[in-house]
Amino acid sequence: MKLTLRVWRQKNPDTPGAMAVYELDGVSEDMSFLEMLDILNEELIVKGEEPVAFDHDCREGICGACSLVINGAAHGPERTTTCQLHMRSFQDGDTIDIEPWRASAFPVIKDLVVDRSAFDRVIQAGGYITAPTGAAPEAHATPVPKADAEFAFEHAECIGCGACVAACPNGAAMLFTSAKVNHLNVLPQGSPERETRVLDMVAQMDAEGFGGCTLAGECATACPKGIPLFSITAMNKEWLRATRKVKR
Amino acid sequence: MALTFWHSTLGKKIVMGTTGLIMIGYLCAHLLGNMKIFFGPGEFNAYGHWLRVMGAPVLHHEWGLWIARLVLLAAVVLHAVSAYQLSRRDIKARPQKYVHTKPRMSYATRTMRWGGVILGLFIVWHILDLTTGTTHSGGFQEGHPYQNVVDTFSTWYGNAIYIVAMLAMGMHVRHGFWSAAQTLGAGNRTRDRGLKAIANALAIVLTAGFISIPVGVMTGVVS
Amino acid sequence: MTSYSEYSEYTEYTVGEPVQDERAPSGPVNERWDTRRFQAKLVNPANRRKHTIIVVGTGLAGGAAGATLAEQGYHVVQFCYQDSPRRAHSIAAQGGINAAKNYRNDGDSIHRLFYDTVKGGDFRARESNVHRLAQISVEIIDQCVAQGVPFAREYGGLLDTRSFGGVQVSRTFYARGQTGQQLLLGAYQALSRQIATGNVEMHARTEMLDLIVVDGRARGIVARDLVTGEVSTYFADAVVLASGGYGNVFYLSTNAMNSNATAIWRAHRRGAYFANPCFTQIHPTCIPRSGDHQSKLTLMSESLRNDGRIWVPKAKGDTRPPAEIPEDERDYYLERIYPSFGNLVPRDIASRAAKNVCDEGRGVGPGGQGVYLDFADAIARLGRKAVEEKYGNLFDMYERITAENPYEVPMRIYPAIHYTMGGLWVDYDLQTTVPGLFAIGEANFSDHGANRLGASALMQGLADGYFVLPSTINDYLARNPHKDEVDASHPAAVEAVRETEDRLARLLAVDGDRTPDSFHRELGELVWEFCGMARTDEGLRKALDRIPQIREEFWRRLKVPGTGEEFNQSLEKANRIVDYLELAELMCLDALHRTESCGGHFREESQTPDGEAARQDEEFSYAAAWEFTDTGAAPVLHKEQLTFSHVHPTQRSYA
Repeated sequence: MKLTLRVWRQKNPDTPGAMAVYELDGVSEDMSFLEMLDILNEELIVKGEEPVAFDHDCREGICGACSLVINGAAHGPERTTTCQLHMRSFQDGDTIDIEPWRASAFPVIKDLVVDRSAFDRVIQAGGYITAPTGAAPEAHATPVPKADAEFAFEHAECIGCGACVAACPNGAAMLFTSAKVNHLNVLPQGSPERETRVLDMVAQMDAEGFGGCTLAGECATACPKGIPLFSITAMNKEWLRATRKVKR
Repeated sequence: MALTFWHSTLGKKIVMGTTGLIMIGYLCAHLLGNMKIFFGPGEFNAYGHWLRVMGAPVLHHEWGLWIARLVLLAAVVLHAVSAYQLSRRDIKARPQKYVHTKPRMSYATRTMRWGGVILGLFIVWHILDLTTGTTHSGGFQEGHPYQNVVDTFSTWYGNAIYIVAMLAMGMHVRHGFWSAAQTLGAGNRTRDRGLKAIANALAIVLTAGFISIPVGVMTGVVS
Repeated sequence: MTSYSEYSEYTEYTVGEPVQDERAPSGPVNERWDTRRFQAKLVNPANRRKHTIIVVGTGLAGGAAGATLAEQGYHVVQFCYQDSPRRAHSIAAQGGINAAKNYRNDGDSIHRLFYDTVKGGDFRARESNVHRLAQISVEIIDQCVAQGVPFAREYGGLLDTRSFGGVQVSRTFYARGQTGQQLLLGAYQALSRQIATGNVEMHARTEMLDLIVVDGRARGIVARDLVTGEVSTYFADAVVLASGGYGNVFYLSTNAMNSNATAIWRAHRRGAYFANPCFTQIHPTCIPRSGDHQSKLTLMSESLRNDGRIWVPKAKGDTRPPAEIPEDERDYYLERIYPSFGNLVPRDIASRAAKNVCDEGRGVGPGGQGVYLDFADAIARLGRKAVEEKYGNLFDMYERITAENPYEVPMRIYPAIHYTMGGLWVDYDLQTTVPGLFAIGEANFSDHGANRLGASALMQGLADGYFVLPSTINDYLARNPHKDEVDASHPAAVEAVRETEDRLARLLAVDGDRTPDSFHRELGELVWEFCGMARTDEGLRKALDRIPQIREEFWRRLKVPGTGEEFNQSLEKANRIVDYLELAELMCLDALHRTESCGGHFREESQTPDGEAARQDEEFSYAAAWEFTDTGAAPVLHKEQLTFSHVHPTQRSYA
């Protein structure tokens, strides 16, 4: 099929960017979206133009590197990651708009590549259980109710791609932060740091310049891993509880 | 702790949610009282009088009313200041719009900010119109709320302002109530249908209830 | 072929001094790790912060090592090419992680896991290392649970296990189909805690491009900031490579797109021996390529073979839809050739059989590179619901990629490269032949011999990172106090930087007409053809003939737009291909020299009468450690003789 691509091109963080238009022919519907971009880039390189920069790595939907807003939707029209989106979701003759994640906490590095290190700093603020290597008790010493283990898993599935921030009209990182808070706070292993974890992670999230939550629900709609909107509610509850318990 | 609370986006949201719920509670009480208008001037004016003497003999004349007014004023101010600060922050967090925009949120969600502004302006007008009488269309009479209400809704603009504001209020309550429940940590998967139903019911009952008054005046049921 | 035949020179390798592991203590195999830990010198806790350790890579091995070393008090400087340490490709592992916990009381033990791993590796791994791995496996699970890894649990709240990869005990711990992700996030979180304390200095989007060796010791690395393009030097008392395997030399593999061999290959060029490069593992159940645009392959869990039946049409070039091919015109070739194991034969055998039927022209799907994995019988026998419960998520994934519904149309599968057992040669301490340079995880060659068992890669990565390296590196640091500080002005550093910058400048200067990917694809197709599932003397020589030609053409026709002083993904790619073009050559040479078949290495000349891999223990019971001489010049082979005192080598049979 034949496509018209309108792609955000931006040389570096300091140069203003703009949408550039490319015509691309010979796209197969079996291609993944990123393979379609590979073809575009191969053509651009041969023509001596700079290829479109975009983040990608595993191309299996698990590493969380890929990050494109396609026709206004983070990761495109299907509930999956961009790397698992296939061209059969589009029609011959379509015009496709491709833009980077937009949020002031995710500055553009080049073209479609953004800096998501703010997420790492949110995790560094408390998204862990302090368990130095070697200090662990026998694994079966603490049973975890199956329901809690599944609740933890459901939230631990977050791949840190940032689609939630990109989709949020306020550029909020609530879904990302809540996924980690809920994963660790429900487990008995995570309970000693339960209060400080949520307080510190939320404080860091605010410090990174993410917006606030207006419960628009766009994040959960965009999330390729299906982290539910209630994850945010559960974090709010944890935070409220922590503010009562911890005197700072 | 209080400062940490206020400086956090979550803390401000909790302030918004709590004050929002206070105002919804007030709206419910206000609506119940207003319904007395359908039972004639005597009952309605007596209700107006009671508002001034409620709490007596413990409370002095109008003290109860002023306590309520102060609580409401605090709620409105905290609600508005939080909303303003959070909105500024949100806009700053997403400075650049997508070229390809695709609104997917519900109308109620998208209109929270402007709806809030409309409601704020309405409250000012409403007080100037029916509490102080400053902008009242007819001859405002202290102690005769029934007649004042009828006068207001005898003008086209009185009806228009009021009805538009009540529609905005309905939508604001619809997303606001559900949203406050999430912010205060009350929501979960099993409870969601219930919460959404309550939000919708509140929105519909409050909107329909308040709008029934101008409609009553226009149709002559209240005159 | 043309007269261009550098291979003749390259294949004339010389055999150097044998190489030997001198770190593993003698004595009973189950006491060696304790003994070694006791022998190892320690570094005074107060002095640890004065020691800097560079760790390259943040996967299971690197992430675990960085976190643990920092917890011990060392100053760690860590690198990853990804934008975050959380994205390393360990994240994509699906199945699970083995541990000899014996929670099922089903007869498992450390000794059994040791035995299974040595046997599974087709007797080409070191007994001491494998036994240690089995011992540590138990601690890994404890550690991960303490970190909050949400393993699958039973209703009683205890951990669930399953059997995996044809093993008869249930020793595989798992977190749905995302075990790798969950274990990696555990390590990443531990690492994040250390980054927050300042004990780990993390450099994301920074790629190691060379090793700095001073006075024979690894003292630092040259790395490029992928955002600004700046090439810098970093110095330390020891360097740890945890940069993963080299499967991407095949272009199409299940590796991540940017996984690469540059760190280990540059270390190899600086003196670290490269062991058993031809030991690569092919996974039989991947989704076949759908066309020339294919950029990578996706693995489907091996468990599908438990209920699916594999077949191809009996007739060549039969292009009818599968439903129209009657039963008697189908060839259920695995069931036919291996009546007792049928569809459950080991990975290498299933893979080769698929290649054979496709080579005969009976493959299905686009390009004839696929075989059917049919669930019609299973659905008829168990009901659609039961099949859905077992494999629902896999079927969904398959449908998303291929747009075919496997409940109605048989799946198409084809083998693909997904793991490399070879890597930098290391001793029992995981130290390479360059003192102060350590290699852990898939980057080293140590524990899997010629074939890796399912759910063992995660185990090895974490064992190396959490437990082995942090215990052995002390010994090196304590015995080698570096008196003199090294900085960027040291001649060795200046030279390494100059070489790196020259190489990048040359790549940009070629200004030809072919993209980096086109060379990578060409090389990948060549090694897949001749050094993939089945290898022959003739084919390997052909490949060795062709690789120098591709290399020559690469330096003549490559086109890399942009500059080196910016974010330039084409330049990154081209620079990695430079190393693949050398590594592929060594891989083929290693495969050529090893005329036996063993594990993932199948030489058609060495098979049993019924077509199985035939090992030649008398001649090849060694690990081949290659020493680099020069690009395109014959390397030197150092043999590490393997002795088996606890597990007696036997020939596998699955007929």
